[in-house]
Amino acid sequence: MSARRLAEDSIQPDAFVFSRDNAAWAKKRMALYPEGRQQSAVIPLLMRAQEQEGWVSRAAIEAVAEMLAMPVIRVLEIATFYTQFQLKPVGTRAHVQVCGTTPCMLRGAEDLKHVCQNRIHEHAHHTNADGTLSWEEVECLGACVNAPMVMIGMDTYEDLTPERLEEIIDAFARGEGGSVPVGPQNGRQFSAPITGPTTLRDIGATKPKKPATKMAEPAPGALFVAPEGAPDDLKLISGVGPVLEQKLNAFGVTRFAQIAAFKKADIEKLDEGLNFRGRITRDDWVKQAKALAKGGAAEYRKVFGKDPR
Amino acid sequence: MLQDKDRIFTNLYGLHDWRLEGARSRGSWSGTKALVDKGRDWLTNEVKASGLRGRGGAGFPTGLKWSFMPQKSDGRPHYLLVNADESEPGTCKDREILRHDPHHLVEGCLLAARAMDAHLCFIYVRGEFMRERQRLEAAVEEAYEARLIGKDNIHGWDLDIIVHHGAGAYICGEETALMESLEGKKGQPRLKPPFPAGMGVYGNPTTVNNVESIAVVPEILKRGASWFAGIGRDKNQGTKLFMVSGHVNTPVTVEEALGVPFRELIEKHAGGIRGGWDNLLAVIPGGASCPAVRADQIIDAVMDFDGMREIGTSFGTGGLIVMDKSTDIIKAIWRIAAFFKHESCGQCTPCREGTGWMMRVMARMVEGRAQKREIDMLFEVTKQIEGHTICALGDAAAWPIQGLIRNFRPTIEARIDAYTHRANNDGAVPSIAAE
Repeated sequence: MSARRLAEDSIQPDAFVFSRDNAAWAKKRMALYPEGRQQSAVIPLLMRAQEQEGWVSRAAIEAVAEMLAMPVIRVLEIATFYTQFQLKPVGTRAHVQVCGTTPCMLRGAEDLKHVCQNRIHEHAHHTNADGTLSWEEVECLGACVNAPMVMIGMDTYEDLTPERLEEIIDAFARGEGGSVPVGPQNGRQFSAPITGPTTLRDIGATKPKKPATKMAEPAPGALFVAPEGAPDDLKLISGVGPVLEQKLNAFGVTRFAQIAAFKKADIEKLDEGLNFRGRITRDDWVKQAKALAKGGAAEYRKVFGKDPR
Repeated sequence: MLQDKDRIFTNLYGLHDWRLEGARSRGSWSGTKALVDKGRDWLTNEVKASGLRGRGGAGFPTGLKWSFMPQKSDGRPHYLLVNADESEPGTCKDREILRHDPHHLVEGCLLAARAMDAHLCFIYVRGEFMRERQRLEAAVEEAYEARLIGKDNIHGWDLDIIVHHGAGAYICGEETALMESLEGKKGQPRLKPPFPAGMGVYGNPTTVNNVESIAVVPEILKRGASWFAGIGRDKNQGTKLFMVSGHVNTPVTVEEALGVPFRELIEKHAGGIRGGWDNLLAVIPGGASCPAVRADQIIDAVMDFDGMREIGTSFGTGGLIVMDKSTDIIKAIWRIAAFFKHESCGQCTPCREGTGWMMRVMARMVEGRAQKREIDMLFEVTKQIEGHTICALGDAAAWPIQGLIRNFRPTIEARIDAYTHRANNDGAVPSIAAE
């Protein structure tokens, strides 16, 4: 078992309050369980507190105990027993959890640990000098066929090499963690073999009925029909890096004009394909692409007041 | 080789739409009402007849487990608790079901709940599966909106589903620890009896099933028990998600028939052993708690419950950890010992103290800094942990080390000899107590 203690008093905050959204969420969550069994919500509530603050403080434990009418010691027990709860502050931009268990170890998790030691801090659970990054070794994260892998925040980064992890950590250190595509980093389709699925090759496809007018069909594996002509430099769109550009091209997205003309359904389709959860809208690729399609870098500067990167 | 038409998880690789519409196009939620209407006994008997054995590791017959639920309610509600606390190293199949085929699971929950007279189902997802949980929650939400589940749904069997989650404790995969955790306590296993079917979550009759066991149920019922029972050998029937990790050319999760030969599984789906068949050293066939076996033991074995028992290991969850000759097998098992030490809940002394003790001795054996008689002592200690704890975590921690000593003793001895040789050259003879 792992013995864990709360952080020292000097860094414990005086109070903890759930944000308005989270408080409303917590109320709903507690109501989910059968009458009188609200204690069941203790792990979800603590987890939400951690998502809000980055770690679980004594004040948060006391607040949750009060909400659930539980003795504080019972909640303290939960917070120290379950190792996913961070009991002291972690890196503000990224807390890298390296899976070190045997399947990942066999495929190079120790090298990933060295990267973290060199790049972040010699010891786990310590932040780097400016407090933006921290790391720890964790037990099996349940992505063994995509080993070795790390988890940062809610997302996993799988099939890693030490070099790729360096790049990812660099991106997070710059505050651009959102630009790193999640999941397998070697272009593989989730848990399928890297060489392509050996099964299910032509099953279950939700093939749309062929429209009367003949339309071009996307290439195999692509989501869109790639337009003719040389591809644009999609990296000019803020939020798109070299890896992402490759992925986009593989999906049949190659031109600014194409992105500029995206409808909501297209964005959803691409979001889904890239496993992105709304980033296309958040970074407003469509507006960026419109400017770039219209007048290149000059137009981009006019619209956004900065250089495309 | 299993044909695609016999595969249940047709969106295993997330190539298609996981949402309700997509799931429907692949056959989910069709004819469900007719199945629900057939009632409890028919459902349970059909699952019994299919030969389905639990997919969470122990391989207990699923239909039989369902039949343990009280025939008539004594006023207490019945619960279905789906165990999605998948944390055993080498195992990552439920993850694919949760994120790519969640409607198989949701539909399975309805049918299983009907078969045990339950109107409330909990799905306990491990804390680290955050995105997977969001997917599952979305699928449950869709099912509510389409009135497939919920109060007064179109299937005529009320069912609420609560997606719950943990926070990084392997032990919560043990069914009674799972219930403790769900009740908002530390995940420390309960003594049995009382068994969950008599007294489970909140003291009410509960059946705990693995995600895969529940997710295959709709397809079994739709295609008929005989279809499922016709795949694989007697008592080892049906299809199974296999996960091949470690030193293969293309690690993979794939659905195959139970009883697929080891060689075929590796050759066809995992791209062969890294460096060829001659380079295979050892395999842990079913998740970290299963004893490792040598290449010569497994190379011609068939992958099912009995096939693995015949070679002195167990089938577990079907998560194969493959190791080639570059592997330091002692270190690989030491890492597993470290895992169990970390995950012991601390309730029973043999496990709490024993897992740490075993890990420390293993750490010395990795270096060779040990006496040969300590090998026997280590084996003896594993025997004192095995079977002397409330739950099976003690056993699970003991088996990998027993497997190592049984199958790789010459390797450990050679390591000790090499260390002693070095020590002699340096003029010091190691003599270290067990601790």
